[in-house]
Order: sequence, then C-alpha cells, then structure tokens
Amino acid sequence: MNGIRRFPNRHNSLRARAKIVNAVRSFFEKNGFLEVDTPQRIPVPIPESHIDVMPSGSWVLHPSPEICMKRLLADGLERIFQICHCWRDGERGSLHLPEFSMLEWYRAHADYFALMDDCEGLVRAAAAAVGKKYEVGWNGRVVGLDGPWERLTVRDAFSRFGEMTAEEALEQNLFDEIMVCSIEPMLGWERPTFLLEYPAQRGSLARLKAGDPCVAERFELYIGGLELANAYSELIDPEEQRYRFIQEQGFRRNSSKPVYPLPEKFLQELSGMPPSAGIAFGIDRLVMLLLGASSIDEAVAFTPEEL
Amino acid sequence: MYTVADLRKGLKITIDGDPYIVTFFEFSKPGKGQALYRTKMRNMINGTSLDRTYRSGETFEPAHLEERTMQYLYKEDTNYCFMDNQSYEQISISEDAIGDAKNFLIDNLEVDVLMFQEKPIGVTTPNFVNLRVVKTDPWIKGDTTGSDSKPATVETGYVLRVPPFIEEGELITIDTRTGEYSTRVKG
Repeated sequence: MNGIRRFPNRHNSLRARAKIVNAVRSFFEKNGFLEVDTPQRIPVPIPESHIDVMPSGSWVLHPSPEICMKRLLADGLERIFQICHCWRDGERGSLHLPEFSMLEWYRAHADYFALMDDCEGLVRAAAAAVGKKYEVGWNGRVVGLDGPWERLTVRDAFSRFGEMTAEEALEQNLFDEIMVCSIEPMLGWERPTFLLEYPAQRGSLARLKAGDPCVAERFELYIGGLELANAYSELIDPEEQRYRFIQEQGFRRNSSKPVYPLPEKFLQELSGMPPSAGIAFGIDRLVMLLLGASSIDEAVAFTPEEL
Repeated sequence: MYTVADLRKGLKITIDGDPYIVTFFEFSKPGKGQALYRTKMRNMINGTSLDRTYRSGETFEPAHLEERTMQYLYKEDTNYCFMDNQSYEQISISEDAIGDAKNFLIDNLEVDVLMFQEKPIGVTTPNFVNLRVVKTDPWIKGDTTGSDSKPATVETGYVLRVPPFIEEGELITIDTRTGEYSTRVKG
C-alpha cells in the first residue's frame, strides 16, 4: 500500500496551490493591505453556537483569527489580511478539514459591498495565476468569472429554491437543512453568487441592515455550489455584541457544549473600532475550485488521516 | 450505539426495526450553521432506499447481521428449505427473501445466508453454478440466418439466452451475479 501518493498529481496540486497563495498575497499588497500574523493559540474563542474549538493546554487553538484582527482594527490599522491555519473540532468531509487554511481580510471605513468587489478581483487574480482567466471548470460545468457577479438575498433564494420561506424555515428549525440540501447546490453556476442579507439571528457578529433590522449585513460567496467565504459589515456596538455573545453561550449551554468565558479584551476594545467590514475566505476551497477537485483532500499536502 | 461521527459508507444500522446499509454519506455545514450529516441508505430486507439528514447528537442502533453457510435441501410450496452447516438446524426461507438466488438453487448447493435478528433476509449463491439445460430448440447446423443466441430453460426453471450450439441435457455454467450464460461444461 502506498497511502502517501493517494493523488497521483499531488505535486501539481501543491505547485498550483503555491501560485494561488502568492497571487492572493500580491493582490492584497497591491491594494494597500498589510499582512499580519496573529497568535493561533488564544485564551478564549468567540462564542459561536455551532463552532467547536480544540483545546490547547488551558487555552484553545483559534477557529478563526477574527478576535485578534479586529483588535488590530481597533488599534488603528485600516486594511489588514492574514493567511493562517484554523482548527474546528469534528469538521471532516469532502469540503471540510478540522485543520484548514483561512484567509481573512478587514477594511476600516467600509461595508460589506466593498468586500464583494474585493472577492471578484481576488478570485480573478488567483484564477489567472493558474492560467484560468475568464472561467473555471467545476463539477463538469463551466462558471464564468467576468462581468458583475450575482447578488441574491437569502429571502429570494428561499422563494426560488426552497420548499418554504426563510421565515417559515427558521420557525420550523429547518433553515440549515434547506440551505444545504436545496439552496446551496443551486448557487453560483452561471457566474459566482453573493448570497446576502441573512436573518438577523444568523449573523451574531454582523451589523443589522439600516432600515431593515430583520436582516444582517452578511454575505456568503458561492461558486458552482461551493461556499467559499463568509463576510459581514461588522457589529461595533460592544453592548449589543455582549448581548449576542450571551445568547450564543446560552445555546451552547443548552446543547451541553463547552462554554468559555467571554473575550473581554475584545469587547473592551470594540468601542474603539471604526465601522468596518471583514471576511473569512477558505483557501483550501479556493484551491479546490481552481484545480477542479471534488474533494478538499486534493488541495492539501496531507489530510489528518495520512498523519 | 453509533453516533453521527461513526456514519460512513457501508455502515449497517437499524431504523424502525429494519437493517439499513449506508450507501452515501456527506458531512455538511452551512456557514455559521449547524453540522448536518446527509445520508442515503438502503433497506437490506426490501431494497427500498431512504434519504435522511441527521444533526449532531443523534444516535443509531447497529444492525447486527450474521452470515451463515447453509446447504439447500428442497422446496416446499413457496418456501425453500436449508440446513445450517454448523448446527445442522433446518430453516425455511420465503421466496421473497431468496430473491434471484432461487434461479440457481440446486440440491446440496452451499450458499451464504444473511441473518438479521435470527431471521434470514438474504441468500448469496456462489458466483458460478453449473445447471443442466432441460429445454431448448435444437441447433440447425448451417443455419446462418438465425441469431447468435437462443432461449434455454435450466433445471431450476430459469430461462436465459445461450449460444445456438447448446443442446438439451448439456451442463452450462451461469454467472449468478448477472444471471448470464458463462460457458459450456464439457464431459
């Protein structure tokens, strides 16, 4: 048995990955972003209902660099990005690794629409780096990358592809099931899709939309049914943020999941953070997409099972 | 007891009292949403398939299945009688549970019987069995207009297509996985 060489073209995958990561770095450098490197082992995570962290001694491995990057924004940096490993316990599937590579970037004095423009430029630059200028082949189909990308609200997506409205799905506790089984597979096929305006309770760190507080200024990017990124106009009200964290903690307590103390330093410094927008983008999934790979395993040097 | 973390292709679990085998499995997690475990499963008794999506915390009873080697003895009405090679116990299996294997059952044939909670739910015959042709049209030598195969009935009553040169009374080998003619047994 030769488990190491599971994918015969692994060398090619790793070369493509390196080119993509280089293209990502130069994209942000060209756009005036500072690359930062924040600690990956932190005392407490952001309380999130459905993200389970991995302990590291009495601290945890970060599930995202969000806390530290926002503290840098509060400290006055205005455009920052980071490429780092993140850990999420129990997440393993053809699109998930418990240790994965995340790209996050933040813009002060901007809202989430600015991040949509960044996404378009970033994916085109990464695609060009591996010789795919205008389109990518994915799951037997071709997705065009040029022209403006689709912007679809969650409400419209449910009425177009779901078996019920988004409100009914939330009431019946079927929001995630319908999203995964009926909506996500339909998104981003002609061109990439920004799915935006999530129900307020689905954006714990997002600002609510002015004039429509039922929805949060949050979007996810889909290309060929593949979810690549999650973005917000950031919530910067410390009291509101604390209240939402306590709700998330309550959910965790009710589901018998570990509950950590609140990230107090982050909450203290949040009052100093300017209006900002931030996004978490899966690097392994971007590599998958540009390789035309059906499994995230093909995008990384080793899977946990191979270690 | 299995948890959602045990789910994988090929896992056998009990749902509503029936054994199911997982034929498709995918871990999904919509951004910021909960983990979902999507499965397709096949009922191991009646073959119907089932799509189910599970959440964290759900548990499953394993389906305890056992394979026993048995010898075919005889048919009684619509039931088939077998003897367990180890315990010499005789059991009777309904035609439904036998499925296509009934086409290949000849006296003393050794088969694998799949048991679920002491009930037989399936029979696997050897991949190849030899059966005697009891009825087929004679071969007209020199007939070049005819097709390259013809129907033949074997001793179990099963009808299949065989090459034109096969005569009544001859022994042929059948691939039980496809039900097709494999070769003529000479001698």
